Amino acid sequence: MATELHRQVNPPEQRVNPPERDARPGEEGGSDDAAVRVRSLTRSFDGRAVIDDLHLDVRTGEFVALLGRSGCGKSTLLRVLAGLDREIEGEVLAPRRKAVAFQAPRLMPWKKVWRNVLLGLPGRPGRAVAERALKEVGLGHRVDAWPKTLSGGEAQRASLARALVREPDLLLLDEPFGALDALTRITAQQLVAELWQRRGCAVLLVTHDVEEALLLADRVLVMDGGVIAHQVRVDRDRPRDIADPLLAELRTELLGRLGVRAPEPAVNEVV
Amino acid sequence: MSPVLEPVVPLSARRRTVPRWLRRTTGPLLLLVLWQVCSATGVLPSDILASPGTIARTASDLLEDGTLPHAMLVSVQRVLIGLVLGGVIGVSLALVSGLSRLGEDLVDASVQMLRSIPWVGMIPLFIIWMGIGEAPKIALIALGVTFHLYLNVYAGIRGVDAQLIEAGTALGLGRWGLIRHVVLPGALPGAMTGLRYSLATAWLALVFGETINADDGIGFLLNRAREFFQTDVIVVCLIVYAALGLLADAIVRTLERLLLQWRPNFTGK
Repeated sequence: MATELHRQVNPPEQRVNPPERDARPGEEGGSDDAAVRVRSLTRSFDGRAVIDDLHLDVRTGEFVALLGRSGCGKSTLLRVLAGLDREIEGEVLAPRRKAVAFQAPRLMPWKKVWRNVLLGLPGRPGRAVAERALKEVGLGHRVDAWPKTLSGGEAQRASLARALVREPDLLLLDEPFGALDALTRITAQQLVAELWQRRGCAVLLVTHDVEEALLLADRVLVMDGGVIAHQVRVDRDRPRDIADPLLAELRTELLGRLGVRAPEPAVNEVV
Repeated sequence: MSPVLEPVVPLSARRRTVPRWLRRTTGPLLLLVLWQVCSATGVLPSDILASPGTIARTASDLLEDGTLPHAMLVSVQRVLIGLVLGGVIGVSLALVSGLSRLGEDLVDASVQMLRSIPWVGMIPLFIIWMGIGEAPKIALIALGVTFHLYLNVYAGIRGVDAQLIEAGTALGLGRWGLIRHVVLPGALPGAMTGLRYSLATAWLALVFGETINADDGIGFLLNRAREFFQTDVIVVCLIVYAALGLLADAIVRTLERLLLQWRPNFTGK
C-alpha cells in the first residue's frame, strides 16, 4: 500500500538535524554533488520581481520537475539557469555543460536535421555523432530531413537529440511536451525517462502538467510568489503508473498547491 | 414515400473537351490574328503599329545581321555591372545596419531619406557628374538595385525569429556563429525577394538610361527606330526587353529553388 514517502524539507516541527538556519523548500543544503545551486536569486521586470529571493538546489543526476501557474516565473528561472537571462541578482551556480530543449523545438529550418544536432558543438564533429544521437531518440531515419517536414513529435525528439549530443551535466526542459498531442506526449515522456536513466544527468523539467511531473521526477517543486513555495519527493520506482494511489494523492496535493481542486470522483476511480 | 434519389457525379466524370492550356492560349492568339487582320486591311497603318508578320521578319533580320545580339550583349552587360555594384552596396549597407545598433543609427536614417528621392529624377545630375558614357547608366541601375536590396535584406535580418537566436545562444554559438548559422540564412528569403524586385528595377533603369542618350544597346536601337518611324523595330526591342526580364526572373526562381529548398511552402517547383 501507499506509504508516506513524500516530505516537506525540514518543516520546523519534524526537524531532526537542525541546520544552521531554516532551509526553504527547494534548498537541499549539501553542495558536494550539486548540479545547480541558487541562492537569493532575484529577477525583476520593470521593478516587478518575478523571481524574488529564490533558493534552489539540484543534485547531480537528480530529476526535478518545476510546477507553477503560468506567469509564476518558472520559465524565467529556467532561462536564468540556461544563461539566457543574466539581468539577475544573487548567486547562481550551474554546470558549464548544460543543454536546453524549449517548448517549440526551435530547429533552424535551413539546416538539415543532423546539422541542427551538431550546431554550436565545439570542434568539428562528424555526421556520425549526429546520427548516433538521432538514433538514440528514435530518429535514425530522419537524419537528412528538413526540419519543417518533421511532425511535431519528431521535431521535439530532434531538439532532444540536439540537447543530449552536448552530453550535458544539466538538461533544462522548458515544457518540451506542451505542444504535443496526448499520445505523442506519452511516448516523448517515456523517451525522456529512458534517456535520463541512461545518461544520468541532472534534469530540470518546467511543466504545468502535474501528472507528467509525478511520472518523471524525483522531486516536484511548486513555484509561487517568486520562490519555491512547496516541494514533494516522489520515491517511487520507475516506470511509474499514474494510477498508483500515492501518485494520485500527491496529485491532489499539488493541484491544491496550484490553486486547483481535483474533482473527487477522479481520485476515487483510481482506487 | 421514399425520396427521389439522384447520383452525385464525380468531377472526373465530366470530360473536358479542350485542355486548359489550349483554352488559355486561345485568347492571346485571337488577339494576334485580329492585329494581323487589322494591319492587312489597312485599319492599322504600319507607321502607327507594324503587323505581327512584319515584326517577326524584322526580328529575324536584326538577329541575322548581328545588330540585335550585339545590342542585347551591351544592354545585359550594363544590367549585370549595375546589379553587382548595387548588390554589393545594398547588401553591405543592410548588413551594417541590420547587424549592429550603431550601424542602424548611422545608416538606416540616411538610406530611408535617400530612398524617397525618385531615382529616375537623378538622371540629370548623373549626366552632369558622369557625362553621357556608360557610367551614368550603370549608376542609375545600381541606384535602383541598392535600395531594393537594402530594404529587403535589412527587413530579413531584423525579421529573424528571436526564438531561434536564443536557441543558437543556448547551443553555445558566439556572435559570428549566430550571424553565420542563424541570422544570414534567416534573412535569405527576404534577400531573394529583394533580388527579384531589384532585377525588375534594373531593367526599368536600363530602359530609362538607354532611352535618354546611348550610342549602343537596345535603347539605342529603340531611339534610332523612333527617328525613322520603324514601329516594327520598336516592338522588337520592347519584346526583347520583356524576354530578358522574364529570363532574369527565371534565373531568380531557380536560385530560390536551390537556396530555399528548406521551405516546405515553397511553390516554385
